[in-house]
This record gives sequence, C-alpha cells and structure tokens, in this order.
Amino acid sequence: MSNKILIANNICKSFHDPITVQVLNNISFSIEKGEFISVIGKSGCGKSTLLYILSTMDTDYDGDLTIDGVLMRDKKEKELASVRNAKIGFVFQFHYLLNEFSVLKNVMLPGLKLNKYSEKEIEHRAYEKLKVLGIENEALKMPNQLSGGQKQRVAIARALINDPLIIMGDEPTGNLDKKNSEIVFHIFKDLAEQFQQTLLIVTHDNEFASRTNRIIEMQDGQIIKM
Amino acid sequence: MKYKLIASISKSLLFARLKQTLVAAIGVTFSITMFITLLSFMSGMNDLLDGLILNRTAHVRLFNEIKPSLKQPIDLSDKYKNQYNFVSSVKPKDEKAEIRNSEAIIRALKADTRVTGIAPKVIAQVFYNVGSIDLTGTINGIDVDEEARLFFFKNYVVGGNYIDLKYTPNSIILGIEAAKKMMVDIGSIIQVTTSKGERFQLKVVGYFQSGIQDIDKVQSYATLNTTQKLLGESNSYITDLQIKITNILDAPMMAKEFQKKFEVDAIDIQTANSQFETGSSIRTLISYAVGITLLIVAGFGIYNILNMMIYEKMDSIAILKATGFSGKDVNNIFITIALSIGIFGGALGLLFGYGLCNVIEHIPFNTPSLPTIKTYPINYNPKFYMIGGVFSIITTYLAGYFPSRKASKIDPVIIIRGK
Repeated sequence: MSNKILIANNICKSFHDPITVQVLNNISFSIEKGEFISVIGKSGCGKSTLLYILSTMDTDYDGDLTIDGVLMRDKKEKELASVRNAKIGFVFQFHYLLNEFSVLKNVMLPGLKLNKYSEKEIEHRAYEKLKVLGIENEALKMPNQLSGGQKQRVAIARALINDPLIIMGDEPTGNLDKKNSEIVFHIFKDLAEQFQQTLLIVTHDNEFASRTNRIIEMQDGQIIKM
Repeated sequence: MKYKLIASISKSLLFARLKQTLVAAIGVTFSITMFITLLSFMSGMNDLLDGLILNRTAHVRLFNEIKPSLKQPIDLSDKYKNQYNFVSSVKPKDEKAEIRNSEAIIRALKADTRVTGIAPKVIAQVFYNVGSIDLTGTINGIDVDEEARLFFFKNYVVGGNYIDLKYTPNSIILGIEAAKKMMVDIGSIIQVTTSKGERFQLKVVGYFQSGIQDIDKVQSYATLNTTQKLLGESNSYITDLQIKITNILDAPMMAKEFQKKFEVDAIDIQTANSQFETGSSIRTLISYAVGITLLIVAGFGIYNILNMMIYEKMDSIAILKATGFSGKDVNNIFITIALSIGIFGGALGLLFGYGLCNVIEHIPFNTPSLPTIKTYPINYNPKFYMIGGVFSIITTYLAGYFPSRKASKIDPVIIIRGK
C-alpha cells in the first residue's frame, strides 16, 4: 500500500463548451513505485486530458487524486506548483527549452526553484544527469544549437533534476525519428531498471508501449485494459 | 536565493530583447529628463519672478493710512444713538502718516517668537532737482542692516556698495533710472526738495535697480536718520513697519491681530500680492501636468513591450509553470523586468535631467529689467528628483502590473495541448 505513489479514484471530467461532453469517465487506478507504464489509446480518447489531471496542471475535474499519500483536491495553485516542482518531472512532445538559457541552466532551473541544494550542487547534479543521458558535452551550448533528439534528452535531464517520484511524458517520442525514438526509449528503460524511476508515458506508438511493464489502454474516456 | 533566481530569469528575458528593452528604457529616460528640466526651469523662473516682488515685500506691513475716522462725533452722542446719521463730505483728520508709539510696538514685536525680523521705514515724498527741473521721487529711509538681512537689499544695489549708505552721512542710493535721467555718478552730490519746501544735499553712494522701471525712476534709499532729518521729524518717526514672520501662511491672521492690538493698519503679503501666487501656482500645475503626461506615455510604451514579450514567451511561461514555478513567481519575473526598465531608465533620466539643467543654467539670459540675473534661472530642488524617481517607478510598476498578471494567469495546459 505504501508503495502506491499515485492513486486516481473515480476521476471524471467533462467539457461544457459548446455542449457537455464527458471526456473521462470514472478513471480509477494506481501506480506503484518503479513501474514503467504506458497509456495508449486512439486520438481523442482522453489520454492527454488524463495526464494533465494527473500532473496537477488541470484542476477542473471530479474525483480524487492522491500523490505520495497527499490528496490534491483543494490545494492552492502555489502548492500544486511546488508539488509539480518536487515530485513530478515532465517530458512533452515538444522539448520546451528556454532559448534564453544555456542547456545547463535549463536543466538547473527547476532545481534552483526547489532550492534544496546549493547552486554549486545543483550544477553538479545537472552535469550528472546530462552525463547519464550522454550529452554532457553540450552543457554550455544554447538549446537552438542542438538537434531535435538532443533537445529531447535535455528535456529529460530537466525532468530528472529534482529526483521526482514520477516522470510523466506526453508523446515524448512523437516528434522524433526512429533512431532518436529508440534512444529516448532506452533512456526511459534504463531509468526504470537501474534507478527504479517510476514513469507514466502517454503514447500512441504501440511498439513503444508493448515494451513497457504495464499498459493502460483507454477508449472513449474509460480504461478498457490495464 | 529565490529572488536571485527570479532576477536571473528576468535578466535573461530582458537581454534576449535588448533593443526593445532599450527603447522602453529610453522612453522613461526621456520623460524623466524632460520632467526634471521642465520643473527645475519653471520653478527657477517662478522663484525669480516671485522674488522680484515677494523678496522685497514684508509678510506683514504695519502703517497708518490717512483716512476719515470711522466714528464721527455724532456717533458718540447719546442723543442720536438710535437714529441713522448721515454725514456728508467727511474729510480725513489732519494727522501725520506716522505710526504712533512705534518704539513700544517694535519692542512688543521683538518679543513675539513668530516674528523673525522687523525693518522700520520712513517714506518721504521729495523732488530731485535737476537744474531748473524737478523730478518727483520717493526716498525710503531704511535700517540698512535689517533691510539687507530681510529683503536682500544688497542684491538690488547695482553700483557702489550698499553698506556705504550706512557709513556715509547724508548719502543716498538712487534708483538707476532716476540716476540716468539726472546724469549723476557715484560720488556726485544731488539736491532734493522735500514736500515742505526744504532743500537738502545728498551724496550718491550707489544705484538701485529693482527690475521694475517705474519703481527705479522714482525710488531711492537713504538711512532712517537722514530721512527723518529731511522731514524734520524726531528719530522715533516711523511710517512703516515691515515684518517678516516664520510661517508665511500665518500672515493674514497676524495682520488682523496686529491691526487690533496696535491700532494701526496692517496688510499681509497674500492680500497685497495675490496675483503672483495665482500665476506661479498655475505655472507649476502646467509643468507637473506636462511632466506627468510624458511619464504616462512612457508607461504605455513599457506596457506594449511587456505585452508583446508575454505573447512571445507564452511557451516559456507555460513550461516554467509546468516545472513548478507558481503564478506569483511568473508575476514577479515580469514585474522585475518592468521595474528594472523603470529604475534604469529613471536613474539615467534623473542624471540627464540634472545635466540638462546645468546646461540651461549656463545659457546667458540678459534682460535690463533683471540686473542680478545673468543666466537662465534653475531651481535644483531635490523634491523634483524625488517625485521624478518615485513616479518613474510607479508608472513602470503599473505598466508591468497588468501584463504580469496576465502572464501569471496563463494556464500551462492550454499552451502545451495547443501544439
């Protein structure tokens, strides 16, 4: 029980504009530490919507979400921001690196915000993460000098900087070619196996999903297989 | 530490759009520069013009006006008390323009803590004799030291030394226009005839220029003693008491009080010179209005630039929020950007404003009516710099406030989903 880091209980969500459409219908599941989970489903089945709710970025839903034993309902925007900062790492389809900062600074920013370690230590940790991902040589470059695959790896390093409980990915390989997708998948796989990193990846790539520990399949706002 | 992070993010965003930032800062700099210059110059000019009159005007002036008695004998009679009495063709009593019991009044005033100085004065109507021609004139008998201390007498003596008036017996400082007309130099002896027909010879020790030609044509100065001698009066004969007080705003109240207490006529500076105050307050109002308008326009510039920046950086804001920066942090980042533009631009503006004032202060400004002024007047009042500084910060804060609030409300989901 104590290993359950994320519990979703009867999560429902509807869009009301222009007409009420229920996107998520009684979603209940839990994630245990060290699991490598993929969420699959056709376009529009609500998997991204679910991810945004699980990531605390969307607060307009019914049901209960518990992360690390803490109920997320009724938390203030600022508290949710610090939950995301400390416990969740994000990798999106697009890398969303800040072009004004070097690669290293991009990785360091969430760490600086968390303010748990000194700046020196955070820098050291950022180098470590970049090394794990094999891009430590690019640390002082600006993001726009990197290739697409490298940028995505920087984004993963950024997600890892605060040692999050869980990494959430929204089609992290969606924008990458076959070779880079493979690299990113192996990174995730290594993280899961070597560091017992919990991962929740939304994808529509069935081949990617089939190689994960657990697949949650969604259809029309409901979980049909998990 | 946390603020350091926000500051470093703000700095990066600022430098990413250096040109825009500079344009915004220059807007603030320009407006503050103009604000400072305008106010310093306007206020310098105001002080100069007001000083023309106000410096030389007593806050409260006591005098004895020749006028008909308010109470005619019939009013005192019991018999006609309950009737309306009409007296036609009332004439003033034959009495001197002297302030009665002036020594006691001076003593009482000196004991009054609200009074900073008293300058007694005797006014004598005379004729300056130039050959067979008589020019009308007025000789003000003054206490030289007090007059210099309270009314900047020294500043208006353009030829000779004012203090010679005190140490040379039977001397006079002539109005410069009168001196020109009479074609006399310092050291010459002139002859005056008093209203009673007596003739006196006085030695010219200096020229006096007030800046108002009509005054310079008739007005001259001599010591109290000389003037009293001219009039053939004792040395307690005083026609005017000019009083300076600590708080000029008390003048109307004190004028009334003295009028009652000493049974003399009294007039306060506000009543005597109301037109000057109106003029300068309106000039000040206009300069403030123009200055503040400039600042507000600069504020709109900052508002626009920040708004554009926020649209451009929508993704960056979203990812910052996704990775744990709260709305407040984002708000602080943009407020910091706005304030740095304001502080940087404002500080430069204050500096340039000071510089421009310095330049203006060295531009020659020669006008015959203002003898003591050689260059344009500037008032370096620190108040203007404070108002300018504070206002630049307030406008930039407000200009940053609304865009920042918008940025802080950006929902990370919407942007990330939108891609």
